[in-house]
Amino acid sequence: MNSVHSVGRAARVGGAGARWSAGALGLLMALLPAVPAAAAGATAVTIQGGPTSASDRTPVELSADIYVPEVTPAPAVILAHGFGGSKESVVDQATDLVNAGFVVAAYTARGFGDSTGTISMNSPEFEIADASRVIDYLASLASVEVEGPNDPVVGVAGGSYGGALSLMLAGYDDRVDAVAADITWNDLESSLFGQSMIGARESGVYKQLWTSVFFSSGLDSPPGQADLCGRFSPEWCGAYTEVATTGKPTEASRALMRQSSPASVTDRITVPTLLGGGQADSLFPLQQVNANAEQIRAANPDTPVKVVWHAQGHDGGADESARLTALTRSWFQAYLADGPAVSTDFEASLVASSALDDRESDTVEVLTSPRYPGLAGDSERSVTIAGEPQRILAPAGGVPAAVSSLPGIGSLGGLLSLLDTRVAPNQSAQFISEPLGAPLRIIGASRVSLEVASDVARTATLFVGLRIQTGAGALLLPNGLIAPVNVSVGPTPQRVDIELPAIVADVAAGDRLVVTVNTTDQAYRMPADPAVYTVALADPGLVVPEVEMSGSASGLPLWAWPLIALGVGAAVVIALRLLRPRARGVAARPDLAESPLVIEGLVKQFGKGVRAVAGVNFTVPRGVVLGLLGPNGAGKTTTMRMAMGLIQPTEGSVFVFGERVTPGAPVLSRIGAFVEGPGFLPHLSGRENLDLYWRASGRSGDAHFAEVLEIAGLGSSIDRKVRTYSQGMKQRLGIAQAMLGMPDILLLDEPTNGLDPPQIREMRQVLRDYAKDGRTVILSSHLLGEVEQTCTHVVVMHRGTVAATGTVAELLAGRSGQQLEDVFMDLVGSDHLVNAGPLQEGDR
Amino acid sequence: MMEQYSAQKTLSVRVELIRQVRRRRTAVAFALVIALPIIVVLAVKFGPSSSGRGGLADGDLDVFGLLASGPWNFAVSGLLFSSAFLLVILAAMFLGDTVASEASWGTMRYLLVAPVPRRRFLLVKLVVGLLLTLAVLLVLVLASFLLGLLAFGSAPLASPLGGTLSAGESTVRLAIITGYIAVTLLVPAGIAFLASVSTDVPLGAVGAAVVIVIFANILDAIEALGSLRQFLPANYTGAWADALGSVVVWDQMAIGVTYNVAVFVVLIGIAVLKFERKDILS
Repeated sequence: MNSVHSVGRAARVGGAGARWSAGALGLLMALLPAVPAAAAGATAVTIQGGPTSASDRTPVELSADIYVPEVTPAPAVILAHGFGGSKESVVDQATDLVNAGFVVAAYTARGFGDSTGTISMNSPEFEIADASRVIDYLASLASVEVEGPNDPVVGVAGGSYGGALSLMLAGYDDRVDAVAADITWNDLESSLFGQSMIGARESGVYKQLWTSVFFSSGLDSPPGQADLCGRFSPEWCGAYTEVATTGKPTEASRALMRQSSPASVTDRITVPTLLGGGQADSLFPLQQVNANAEQIRAANPDTPVKVVWHAQGHDGGADESARLTALTRSWFQAYLADGPAVSTDFEASLVASSALDDRESDTVEVLTSPRYPGLAGDSERSVTIAGEPQRILAPAGGVPAAVSSLPGIGSLGGLLSLLDTRVAPNQSAQFISEPLGAPLRIIGASRVSLEVASDVARTATLFVGLRIQTGAGALLLPNGLIAPVNVSVGPTPQRVDIELPAIVADVAAGDRLVVTVNTTDQAYRMPADPAVYTVALADPGLVVPEVEMSGSASGLPLWAWPLIALGVGAAVVIALRLLRPRARGVAARPDLAESPLVIEGLVKQFGKGVRAVAGVNFTVPRGVVLGLLGPNGAGKTTTMRMAMGLIQPTEGSVFVFGERVTPGAPVLSRIGAFVEGPGFLPHLSGRENLDLYWRASGRSGDAHFAEVLEIAGLGSSIDRKVRTYSQGMKQRLGIAQAMLGMPDILLLDEPTNGLDPPQIREMRQVLRDYAKDGRTVILSSHLLGEVEQTCTHVVVMHRGTVAATGTVAELLAGRSGQQLEDVFMDLVGSDHLVNAGPLQEGDR
Repeated sequence: MMEQYSAQKTLSVRVELIRQVRRRRTAVAFALVIALPIIVVLAVKFGPSSSGRGGLADGDLDVFGLLASGPWNFAVSGLLFSSAFLLVILAAMFLGDTVASEASWGTMRYLLVAPVPRRRFLLVKLVVGLLLTLAVLLVLVLASFLLGLLAFGSAPLASPLGGTLSAGESTVRLAIITGYIAVTLLVPAGIAFLASVSTDVPLGAVGAAVVIVIFANILDAIEALGSLRQFLPANYTGAWADALGSVVVWDQMAIGVTYNVAVFVVLIGIAVLKFERKDILS
């Protein structure tokens, strides 16, 4: 089971990245020796097929790959490729089936790839005979399970050209035990000549563009050596040439097409049949799969038939290949092996696309119904449409023509939305409904009845579409499908009952249904002579099919997604909780509770560089003004930042009143700080800044605004925006902010920078007064004179360490007549001079 | 004399809002989202007409006719015009500038010494940034709606996908779309916030977030990247269009919400871890 899953996933990823790998694959192939190429895990063989032609009875040589599963004998599946493909086109599906335990035979049809012979479009005499020889070959293999002599247990699957082969092989060879046929034809003539008029006698409108695209892949020949028939048999070459030239089939080509159509053998198909039809398919529309299903059912009502209207098709559509591959696999597991039973419920994909979002994966909802309703639905609803009789022009030469879809490229929404698809107004008649009162889900083919007249008797070619006009005014043509009509008309209005294209679509309340009748569509062959038709409604009722179906959304249930988000959120919250930084060492030292600041063994190393602080110890007693003195780069600011919890020490600790300082430690609320200049919100006034800072500080009690503002001394400027302040004003405001609430400790880093001498003098007095009530002031400075005049105690720092501590008196003891400057020079002087040059004049 | 300090009372959302709303960039942001619908109304009313080309065209959508069809449509188109770029830039501005500007003003160190616990500081900053982003989004929707009502009458929501909804349902859809767009702004907001914590240069943080989002959008436009694109934020920004159908299709929006919430939570988690261990040198 595991391997099946992983292969399925790999196949999808491979599909997405196929464009990337194609180039690399090509290079690889060129380097390999030219032995018969086999896909990975497969054996390349040559199988003798049916006769080369009616006259040449030598068998054609079919290039095949045989995939053998691990456990044998096992039931077999023949995989047939699409038109223009080869056995390599089905490698993904073959891998899927061999992993599910089937022997897989993928072979290249005659006329394609390495197989010999010419293309006869699934003729019973040739291609079907080839497939029977492949069954013979499988019967001869020991790895294939048999149910009788020369009768292996075998299923056959394919899409398009391969799908028709699968159905016809099941009709012609009764050894086939199960069929899975996708997007293929029931009747080649009605596929290539579209006729949507109910009960028409005229042949249909030639699907010129699609037919030429389809056949041209069989007309290829080496460059420069073109010939008329390419790989086609002479009969088919002649038939195609004639049809493409005249736009009309002859009796002979009709017979040829009938012979190559599953319609000729559907009454003989009695084995379980999985029928896929594409909604995005203007080549083999849903009418074709519907005919296959109804014919098999009618002839043999007990035959298990499952019909799937998926969202893919020859025009592109929404990608459902993963789902279809799985469906085919389980179909064969149920009917060839002893796998679980598969429901034969009818499935229809409802595509909800998004007009604004260009994401590639349309949302597909799979609807199911136990009964296959056909094209007419379980029930029908009549929607009234209205419009005056309108005269429309079929232009001479058939141009300019409307564009509904481009073969192989897709319907509107893809490339076509880049083109201007507007129809000349005089070539189009419209019959419009009122806005729908309730939503409508169309599943199947709607019908409309028109009356068409022409001034002269002739065959009128018309293209009828069922469009949806949204409340917003956009006109949508589901899957770009239109119904072509060929009808003989004359001056008397001729009633025309039209089966519109089969669709699966939701029409919202408020939208209108519009039946459009155009005279041109560039995908079809149109008469060259001009004409004017009068088009009227024969019946105002547009008959819309409805089916009671239950939906199933795929993928994870919706409630799972919020749970996933919740899970990720919870994981991150837990991770944050676990990873919360914790301080190393003791959290508190009750013995130091009376000391405002104790610094023990403090070290800070930034990165792998120098130690900015290399082992600092000192204690600040209560009620002092302490000066932290030292030259620039001595580690003063770093020490102060560590004392505030802004920088994490590499080693050592800081205690404030016995509490260890960590980022955000509550004891920091007892410190008023000023460090490396002031910081204010420039768009607010000085007063607002102080007010908001106080409110953000989490402290209650008296902020002492009046005293603090007096210290700032800004006068009326306090109500101007800080942006307009001078450096000195900001400096004073910064020191005032530090004093808010009169904290027990003031930590001031270079407080007098930018102040003029009178202000410095005032500040000295303020700081000395501040310490009088047992509060402590710690200031750092490189100005000796200032420290000498302000401080009672000094800590001299040099190169990250403490060079000296003590009161000013202690430091000057025994040095009568000397200044602090001399002491300082003695402590750091010579060293300082050598290492950093003389003290700058400005520093003094 | 120990003052009463409570970490829970530091830097409340209210205080942080006062600190932020009077900034000029806040006023500019709100002015932009009010000006946008005014300009569109003037363009629709007085600009060259886009109608009158005649004929029926499949898939043809009269964009200006649609947005002018009523207040709900006008509000949705306002969101369409701005969600890819304008709102992303505003979210990046509110979230990218918030921490870095405090660092560059020098106010952050004083708040952290007050002390505002670091985690609280970040979360309050985040909440206020998100509130301002949401406010800008709501003002855009309300301004568009009211202008649409004045200029184009009160027709209910007409979807480009088909269908016309009742006034009540239209309002619900507009709320869903607004809510989803708010959620899709989480990833740009988270990127900007992480950048804001990582630098002291406010413009650098905003720019880095915008550049990352634009780069991701460019990658998302490269189809050859295939399924890798589902890991990019732009892959989910348009899913709100699923709320415009006849029924709301939830699957892509559910994935989009999950993606945005999960990535946002992880980005914020990284930002918090980074900030708590950071040495504050600004």
